[in-house]
Amino acid sequence: MPLGAISEFQRANFWMDREWAIGPLAVGGSLMTRRIEKDDVSDTAAPNDDKAFRNDARAKVTGRAKYSDDIKRHGMVHAAPVYADEVHADLLAIDTAAARAMPGVLAVLTAEDARRIGGRSTFSYLFCDHRMLVGVGDRIRCHGDVIALVVARTREQAIDAARMVTCQTRPLEPILDVEEALKNPRGFVHEDHRFEGAPSNVVNHYKVRRGDARAELSRCDFVLDQTFRTQLHEHAYLEPESALCVPRPDGVMEVVGSMQHPFSTRRFVAAMLGCPLADVEVRSIPMGGGFGGKDDTAAIVCARAALAARILNRPVRLTYAREWSMRESYKRHPYVLRYRMGVRGDRVHAVEVEIIADAGAYCSSTPWVTWRSTVQCCGPYEVPHVHADVFGVYTNNPFTGAFRGFGSPQVNFAVEQLMDMAAARVGLSPVEFRRRNMVRQGSETITGQKLEGHTVSLDQALDAVTRAIGFDEKFARCSHGVASDGGDELFGVGLAISSRGMSLGAEGADFNSAILNMNFDGSILLETAIHENGQGAESAFILIAARELGCDPTRVRYRQPSTANIPDGGTTVASRGTLMGGGATVIAARKLRQKLARTLCHKLECRPDEVRFFGDRIWGPADARSLTWEEAGEIAYWRQEPPHAFGVFHGPKVSWNESTGQGEAYFTWVYGCQAVALTVNRKTGRVRLLDMVAAHEVGRAVNPPMLRGQIFGGMVQGVGFGLCEAMKCEGGRLKSLNLDTYKLPRAADLPEMTALFIENADPTSPSGAKGIGEPALELMSPAIANAIFHATGVRLCESPATPDKLRGRLIDAADMRTSDEARGRSGELSAAPTDSGKGER
Amino acid sequence: MTNSIRVNGQQIAPGEGELSMNLLDYLRESLDLTGAKNGCGIGVCGACTVLIDGKAVRACRQTVASVLGRDIVTIEGLSAPDEPLHPVQQAFVDRGAIQCGFCTPGMVLTAVAFLARTPQPTRPEIRRALNANLCRCTGYQQIVDAIEQAAKNLPLAKK
Repeated sequence: MPLGAISEFQRANFWMDREWAIGPLAVGGSLMTRRIEKDDVSDTAAPNDDKAFRNDARAKVTGRAKYSDDIKRHGMVHAAPVYADEVHADLLAIDTAAARAMPGVLAVLTAEDARRIGGRSTFSYLFCDHRMLVGVGDRIRCHGDVIALVVARTREQAIDAARMVTCQTRPLEPILDVEEALKNPRGFVHEDHRFEGAPSNVVNHYKVRRGDARAELSRCDFVLDQTFRTQLHEHAYLEPESALCVPRPDGVMEVVGSMQHPFSTRRFVAAMLGCPLADVEVRSIPMGGGFGGKDDTAAIVCARAALAARILNRPVRLTYAREWSMRESYKRHPYVLRYRMGVRGDRVHAVEVEIIADAGAYCSSTPWVTWRSTVQCCGPYEVPHVHADVFGVYTNNPFTGAFRGFGSPQVNFAVEQLMDMAAARVGLSPVEFRRRNMVRQGSETITGQKLEGHTVSLDQALDAVTRAIGFDEKFARCSHGVASDGGDELFGVGLAISSRGMSLGAEGADFNSAILNMNFDGSILLETAIHENGQGAESAFILIAARELGCDPTRVRYRQPSTANIPDGGTTVASRGTLMGGGATVIAARKLRQKLARTLCHKLECRPDEVRFFGDRIWGPADARSLTWEEAGEIAYWRQEPPHAFGVFHGPKVSWNESTGQGEAYFTWVYGCQAVALTVNRKTGRVRLLDMVAAHEVGRAVNPPMLRGQIFGGMVQGVGFGLCEAMKCEGGRLKSLNLDTYKLPRAADLPEMTALFIENADPTSPSGAKGIGEPALELMSPAIANAIFHATGVRLCESPATPDKLRGRLIDAADMRTSDEARGRSGELSAAPTDSGKGER
Repeated sequence: MTNSIRVNGQQIAPGEGELSMNLLDYLRESLDLTGAKNGCGIGVCGACTVLIDGKAVRACRQTVASVLGRDIVTIEGLSAPDEPLHPVQQAFVDRGAIQCGFCTPGMVLTAVAFLARTPQPTRPEIRRALNANLCRCTGYQQIVDAIEQAAKNLPLAKK
């Protein structure tokens, strides 16, 4: 029966007559077959170990998924950025005449054009310091700064013309040494910047003051005094930044782009155009990886394209070449970490640490990144006395910001090596020494937070990994500098553990929302304010919604959200996607269930609280009567009670005291352990990875195959950070601008990996699930460093452990090694050459 | 035929002005075949991989003129929209080998070419075959799983 044929009488009576049996409409309902498009989901709906669930898999594997640079619009033109070959210089003049005369060129835009339309080209989300375009009279502060944008009919024409833009500059001495910039500045990167009331290069300074570390260090059995350094680290998402901006006839600037924070992008675009947020609509489309790296730079690329689109009043595409992306985009902060770790008996008793993070030319998320480093500066250990000072510092180096891990890979690189050094000194195995010091249920963190309300499962993770890799057996046969077979391949095994505060913590406002909109035919639209970066967020939310609604996941379509349709729920960072977006999805689903229960209870002849949802149907008590979702959709429509729900999940309360560094930093935590077995060639310094195992607390595994994928991907990015991804920067200029010289791990470099889940559903998380993105990356680099030490006796306190660096140290070590020492190392742990002030060889 | 190329089974004659284009730009911009991606532009990431006479080739390193008379298969040509997926594609879907998806078309085509010449590969052989293709999301583990599964399923599919 076509719906149009339903008489007004029936329609009116349908929702008035509560005794109306499931009659004509129900027949209509049951005849309606739900259309499941092949493109929607993989063939099996529910995930299991053999088959992954991904709503976008089919589109991606067939090449039909449209990324930013794959989309064309009528009348679209192309833009290209113009760089000045300066690291630090006053910009005196820009000459665009020659470029304007080039074929196909439509405009050459500068900061002046943004000002002319009422916008501003200087913006950012924490400190308003980022020059999206450096204007004449302003200052170039890093080599990636852009001074103009060329717009032409084709991309090639824009690139050709960009070379014709010239500028006059007054070069300034670049400020490149982060320690000098902090302690003995010869100048200031931002002359108008004030810290504690005075001109300074200090972006921020965080502290932890707990007990009396300085005094207690003198009461320790020994103190490990060691400086560690970590390198610039490139995200190397496979898709370079891209934006397509379309000025709509209604006055709205519509933006799609390769960015991971649509709401942040909207702010950057609105600033550039000088318009309200409501006049910018950022839509989500597939994105080729982000890893934290597609926030500010990607948003700025969108803002520049929007400026051109506004001025030319036509669609503008700005797609970055890899070289522009690497030159301009932010990296992981290089850290200098000076630790003094004091041990009494078998316990870490006191830690004094100074950490200096090179923020580069712009603030970006430096205060947030370094805040996490502050909270986690002693790893997952109970330490009664801590004195920590953590600085973010401006320089004229490439700017740095969010990168998966967010300030933890650097501190873990230091702390987890110190733990191995201390273990050897105490005469315990790395595992046993960690066991005696690590946090457990009810432990207090160094910021005074009692770990309760969730399961502290570090012991489970450590047990799982040591068992899976056979740690004790492997540790017993580490080479310690001398191969047992007399050959060149030295064997080692190493591990690292961590605890990690989930989501933003006291960094910022922590909430997210979800919308569920059920249709007449029982199909359901879902969206959240979390962005699909490729990690599988949409699929996880579909599964969470389906579980909560007791329906088949194929019933739920994820609607790619727009900033015009769902409230800003913060950025998709901090491993908060599944936790926060999933939490909002659960809350929306519960609301939808309540609404449907009220609407359907009469049909099911029961009270609303007796309506239940399972088996892809909606049930009355005692399973006697049930409705299909198709029937429910129709009933709701004709009763004029649209099943639409909006759910908001607020992260539980957190706290932070700036002066003492004490507080409930995060509302919940995760725990993890990773281990690696490897060999090091004592002549070449080449590391061969043999086995890698990870175990992570995840709360609840929503989509196991994709969860494993997150862990594998994180481990391998950790391999890159620890072993091969050396980004050289000389004089503020990057030495690698493409993936030929910047070496990412490749498939044959890697061993088979094992990913294990620890599941303790988290009561603070409505879905029970927590997050995995960042924990997966933060452990492999110290695990590798420890394994290299146990293989070679060489402790590398500077990442990454490239063959060049290792070879040099191995030659030194061979020169210094005495046969006595070598025997001592392989036989007795207590002979480890770790010493106060000297470090290891 | 030396003034045309075969792309996904269709004979196409590039325009005079298109002969000097690189193949990747030509496929993406002139033919709207956007499945091949530009990740580096210098032939080191493999995201632009297409099959030329059955061999996996980086489209960004070829000019259109250099492939005249050749048979090109892009990811769009591997399985028709209304047909079942190619066994390699299906294995990528099943095994969770896809995250951001930007490397996926190139990975799939590399795997198709590899399995054609190595029907029963070992896992180390699969890893070596993938060395020309970068993936930043997956750590390759599940891509190797997928190709291993595809190797088992391919002979069945051919029957």
